[in-house]
Amino acid sequence: MSNFRKRDKTREKASIVAAKNRRELIAAGLNRRDLLKMGLLTSAGMLIPKVGLSAHPLTSAGFINDTPQSRPTTPFVEEMPRLVIKQPTQTLTGPPPQITPNTAGGESRTIAHQAYAQFPAQKFYEMHQKAFLAKSSPDFAQPTTLWGFDGIFPGPLLVARYGEPILVRQFNELPQQNNGFGINSTTTHLHNGHTPSESDGFPCFFNPSGKFYDHHYPNVLAGINSTHPGTGDIRESMHTLWYHDHRIDYTAQNVYKGLAGMYNLFHPEDSAYDTGNENTGFRLPSFPDYDINMVFNDAVYDEDDQLAFDLFNLDGILGDKMLVNGKVQPVLHVSPRRYRFRWLNMGPSRFYQLALLDPTNNSSKPIWQISVDGNLLKKPVQVSNGCRISVAERVDVIVDFTGLQGKTFYVENRLEQDDGRGPTGDVFSPGQGDKILKIIVDGPIVTDNSINPANIPANQAVYFYDFPATTASPVVTRVFRFERNNGQWAVNGKFATCDETRFAVKRNTVEKWIIQNNSGGWQHPIHMHFEEFQTLKINGSAPQTTGIITAGRKDVLRLEHNMQAEMFFRFRDFVGRYPIHCHNVVHEDHAMMVLLEINDTGDTKTNP
Amino acid sequence: MRTITRRSLIASIGAASLAGPFIVAAEAQETKALVNTTSTRDRIRARHFPNLLLTTHEGKKVRFYDDLLKDKIVVINFMYVKCERVCPGITANLAKLQKLLGSRLGRDIFMYSFTLKPEQDSPEVLRKYAEAYHAKGGWTFLTGTPEDMELLRRKLGFTDPDPRRDADKSNHIGNIRYGNEPLQLWGSCPGLSKASWIAESISWVDWPKAAKGERK
Repeated sequence: MSNFRKRDKTREKASIVAAKNRRELIAAGLNRRDLLKMGLLTSAGMLIPKVGLSAHPLTSAGFINDTPQSRPTTPFVEEMPRLVIKQPTQTLTGPPPQITPNTAGGESRTIAHQAYAQFPAQKFYEMHQKAFLAKSSPDFAQPTTLWGFDGIFPGPLLVARYGEPILVRQFNELPQQNNGFGINSTTTHLHNGHTPSESDGFPCFFNPSGKFYDHHYPNVLAGINSTHPGTGDIRESMHTLWYHDHRIDYTAQNVYKGLAGMYNLFHPEDSAYDTGNENTGFRLPSFPDYDINMVFNDAVYDEDDQLAFDLFNLDGILGDKMLVNGKVQPVLHVSPRRYRFRWLNMGPSRFYQLALLDPTNNSSKPIWQISVDGNLLKKPVQVSNGCRISVAERVDVIVDFTGLQGKTFYVENRLEQDDGRGPTGDVFSPGQGDKILKIIVDGPIVTDNSINPANIPANQAVYFYDFPATTASPVVTRVFRFERNNGQWAVNGKFATCDETRFAVKRNTVEKWIIQNNSGGWQHPIHMHFEEFQTLKINGSAPQTTGIITAGRKDVLRLEHNMQAEMFFRFRDFVGRYPIHCHNVVHEDHAMMVLLEINDTGDTKTNP
Repeated sequence: MRTITRRSLIASIGAASLAGPFIVAAEAQETKALVNTTSTRDRIRARHFPNLLLTTHEGKKVRFYDDLLKDKIVVINFMYVKCERVCPGITANLAKLQKLLGSRLGRDIFMYSFTLKPEQDSPEVLRKYAEAYHAKGGWTFLTGTPEDMELLRRKLGFTDPDPRRDADKSNHIGNIRYGNEPLQLWGSCPGLSKASWIAESISWVDWPKAAKGERK
C-alpha cells in the first residue's frame, strides 16, 4: 500500500517491542480466542496493557505509564443508540435574541451578529450544557459522570438545511465541581460551518457557567456574498458537520468529558442535491432511518468506572475502550438494503482506519466512500481496506447490505497506534484489528429507492458536485511549520495566545498555504476553521482519489511524518477571528494553534 | 504591565461574580453527581503527587504534596542552574510572572522550580540562582535526591516519549504546569509564552467566590 509510511527510527524501543510481540503472537497462530484464554486479551477485544505488550503509551526508558485500566467489558451486547434529533423551540428560555450582545440579559457574546439581518433565523434551538450520569457498558458497576449538551452524550443531532438559517442558544450550566478534570467555561464550535466568527466558537470567546451564548448559523454556501451572489457556490456544499467545546487550553478535557455532537446539513427537499430523501436529488439513503450518524471515540475508565484523563500528558492520550455513540462496542441491527453511515472521529488522539469486516472468512466487504470531512466527492469511490480518519475528520460511506439477510459484519479499526504521537503506519490485516461495532443484518426487507453506486456509469466523472477550480492566483503564499520545541508545541516557532492575532487574510481573496511537519515522529490533524481547502500537493504529488483518499474539499489535513502539503484557500463572505490548529486536542491545548483575522485589508506575512 | 488583582481574577471566572439565572440549575446538577470529588482528588494525588521530601533553596525540608501543593494554586516548571538553552528565557518569564501575581504570590499562589540536576544544584546553588533572578517569597527552587527528582519529573509529565530526547537534559521540556489542587483544575502553557498570557492562564483556575469565601 502506498500509504504505508516508513516507521520513524526514533520510536521508542518499548513500543516497537510491544508491536513485535503482538505480531509474533498473531504469527504464532494465536487467534484472539487463544489470546483471550491466555489472559493477554480482554473479553472486549483489546490487548491487555502489560509491559511489552501494551497498546498504551509507555513513558520513556521503559517506565510503564500509570494510566488506569478500564475493567473488562463484554462486547456487542448493547444496541448502538441513534443520535437524538434536536427539536426547535417556539419560546427560547431567557430574553429574545438580538443582534447586539445582550450582556445585561446574561449573554456572554461580545460581538454583534454580522449576518443576522441578511439571514434572519427561521428556527430557534436551545441547548443546556450540564453534568449527567450515563453507563457506557452494562459491565460498569456504576454510571459515569459526564458533561454533555442537553445532558446526553453524544449531544443531540442538529438537522439543518441550506436556505434555513437557525439560531442555537447555548446555556452553560456546568458545575464548578469537575470530578477530576474539565473546566466549566466553554465555547461551542460548529466544525466546518461557513459561520461568522462571533458564532463559530472561537477558542477565546468564553461562555462561562451561568451564562448563555447565541450562535447564528446562516446555513449558506460559500460565495453567497462574493463569487456567487445570492446563491453561493453549490460545489461548496457541506453535509456532515459536528459541534464541540473549543475552550482554549481545555478542549481535550471538555470534549473527552462528552461535550460533542453532530450537525447534518441538507439541501431543500425539492432540490437536485443531498436532500435526505432517497426518492429525490442524489437519492442517498433516507434520513433518519437509513442515514445513520456514528461518533467514534476512545476512553479509559478508572476502577470506579469514571473517565480517567491524563492531566499531565503533553503528547496525546489513548483509551482502552472504543465507543460508538456513547456505548462501548455496541451492536447495530440493519435491514438488507443500502445505508449511509456518517463516521466521525471525536478523538481525543487516536487515528482510525475503519473498514467493514466479514468475519466468516476474515475478508473486507467493500464500501462506497462518498465524502471526505462530510463534503461529497465527485462520485462514490469503492474502498475495501477502509477509510482513514484522524481526529475530527468525518467520512460518509454507503454500505450495501442488499441480499445479505442473516449475515454479520464488524466495523473494524485496522490502524495501529501505540501512543498519542500518531499511528505507527502499520495497518492490520482484516480480522486482526479492533472490532468496534457489530452489524447484524436481521431487519425486515424494506423498499430501497436509494441510488446504487455500482450503477453509476464508470465514464460519468461527476455524480455529486464537481470540485471548485483551484486555478485562481493566490494573493499570498504562507508557510506554517508545525514543530515541537522543548516539548512546547509551536507554529513557526511561536505560541498561541488569545491577545495576539498573527496575520490577516483579506476577505474574498485566494491564498496558498504550505503546511510542514518538522516535529519528528509526530502526526497532526490540522484543522482550519471557516473555509475548506483543497490540497494541491502532498510531498510534491497530487492528492489521492482512490484508496486512502486525500483529494476533495477538506477541513482537516492529516499531516503525517515529515510531510509538506500545499493547500488552496478561498476566504469568502464573512469577517472576524478564526484559528488554524492541531486537532489532536492534547496538542491543541498546548498552544499548537495560530489565530488569524479575516478583514478587508489583509496582510502578506509569509511566515506568520 | 497588567497585574492580577483579586477583582480581575474573580471577574475572569465569570460565574462566581455574576449571579445569573442559571446558577441554581448548575448547583442542583452538582448535588446529583454520584461520585464525590474527594475521591477524584485523592486519585490525582495518588497518581501524580508523591509526597517526597525535598529541600528548598533556603535549606528548608518540605513535603511535595503536604507542604507545596495541598489547598494551593501552584505554578510548576523544571530547570537547572547551568542550563543555557531554554531555561534562562523561562526563568526570566517567571520573574516577570511573579510581579504580575502581585500580593497573591506566597499567599495562595505559589511558584515552584524543580531542578533536573540535583547532583549540581545544591540548595546553596539554587539560592544564588534565586537571588540572581530576584525571586520573591512564594517562588521556591527545590532539589532532592536524583531518584526523587526523576520520579517527580515523570509523575508531572515533564517527559518526552522519545527516550533519546528525554535523556538530553539540555533539551528538556519547557512547559509550565499550573493548577488549583483542591479544585482539580490543571493546565499547561509554553514556558516561553508571554508572561502576561501565563498569568491570564493561571486566572482560569482561580477560586470561585463561593468555594473559598472572600479573600483579602
